[in-house]
Amino acid sequence: MKSCLVVDDSKVVRMVARKILESLGFSVTEAADGVEALEACEAAMPEVVLLDWNMPRMSGLEFLIELRAKADVRQPSVVFCTTENDMDHIQRAIAAGADEYIMKPFDSDILESKFTQAGII
Amino acid sequence: MNPSDFQFVSQLLYKRSGLVLSEAKAYLLESRLGPIARSHDFKDITELAVALKGDPNGKLSEEVVDAMTTNESFFFRDQSPFDRFNDTVLPNLLKARAGTRKIRIWSAACSSGQEPYTLAMLLNERKAEMAGWNVEIVATDISQTILDKAKEGLYSQFEVQRGLPIRLLAKYFKQVGDRWQIDQGLRSQVRYKMFNLLDGFGSLGKFDVVFCRNVLIYFDQKTKTDILDRMAQIMPEDGYLYLGGAETVLGISDRFQLLPGQRGLYGLTDGAAPARKFGT
Repeated sequence: MKSCLVVDDSKVVRMVARKILESLGFSVTEAADGVEALEACEAAMPEVVLLDWNMPRMSGLEFLIELRAKADVRQPSVVFCTTENDMDHIQRAIAAGADEYIMKPFDSDILESKFTQAGII
Repeated sequence: MNPSDFQFVSQLLYKRSGLVLSEAKAYLLESRLGPIARSHDFKDITELAVALKGDPNGKLSEEVVDAMTTNESFFFRDQSPFDRFNDTVLPNLLKARAGTRKIRIWSAACSSGQEPYTLAMLLNERKAEMAGWNVEIVATDISQTILDKAKEGLYSQFEVQRGLPIRLLAKYFKQVGDRWQIDQGLRSQVRYKMFNLLDGFGSLGKFDVVFCRNVLIYFDQKTKTDILDRMAQIMPEDGYLYLGGAETVLGISDRFQLLPGQRGLYGLTDGAAPARKFGT
C-alpha cells in the first residue's frame, strides 16, 4: 500500500482528499502546514505528498524547497493541490520540483488523472 | 417525445450523420435537444420535432446533428495510445519515411481538438528530431460548432486537468481569464475541416496514421464496415489505424488486423511492415 501525506490547513479538504486517496488504495497521513509536514517526513517519508500552497507557519512552496534540498533521502512525488490557479504559481511549483499540479476545485477523477500522469498510480 | 417524433429525429440523424440512436438512448434527445428548443423559443422538443419535419434540411437540423454528434474528449485520452505513438509508431514512420520526410495524420472525429493537439504537443516535444520533417495533422469533425471551439483552442480549467501533464500546460498554454488557450504555433499545426465520415475520403488524400477512436461505436454494422474499408484505401501498407480500446474490427472488416499486443492499434492485413516492427 502506497503512503500519501496530505498537507492542507483545511480539515475539510484533508478529509475529502483522504477519502479519495483511500479509495485509490493509499494509506493516508495528514499535516496542517509545512512545518508539520516536514516533521511528518522526518518521522516517516511518504511516497507521495499532496500539497496545499497557502498555509500558516510554512507555505507549500517553502516546504517543497526544503524537502527537495534534503540529500540522502528517498524523495517523494509531490502534487500541489491549491486555489493558486495561475501560470506564475504553476511555473514556480515546477521549478521547485513539483511533479504535478491540481487546481482546486478538484474531484476524484482529476486527482486520479494527475496521479496517473505523475506515474504514481 | 412521442414514438413517431423519436423515429423521425433518429432517421434524420442516421441519414445525415450515420449515427444510430437506439430507443435506449432516447434520453440523449431530451438532454441535448432541450437547449436548442429553448433557444428557438419552442415550448418543448416535440415542437422542435414539428419544426424539423417542416424543414428537414435546414439550419435547425444542422444544429440537431451538431448537438447529437458532439462528444466528450480530453487530452492524452487513455494515455497508452499516445505512448505507443511516441515510442513505436512515430519512430517506425521516421525510419520508413526518411526518404520523403513527410508524414500525414488524420484525427477523424476530433471533437474539440484535444486529440490533434495532443499529437501536436508530442511532435513538438521531439522538435530537434523532427527538424526538416513535414508532418501534417488533419482534424475533421461533422460539427462546425465543435470545430470552431477546436480552432480557438480555449479550454476550461476542468478540461486541462484531465489528462494533460502540468509541464505541457505550462509549456504550450497561456491563461486567458479563467480559461487556458493552446499556443498559436500548435494551433497552426492542425488543419481543421468539417467532414462527414459517410462522404468519400478521396478529397482528404492518404494518411500514414488514422485516429478514429470511439467513433465507430455510434454507427451500425454496415456503416462501420464501409468506413473501415474506405479507410484502408487511403492508407499505405505500413499505415496505422487507432480505434478505441473497447472497439474491434472482428466481424466488421477483414482489411485491418490488431497489431501484436497493441490494444486498439491496427495495421492493414496485407501490410506486413507494422506487424514485423511490433514483432511478437
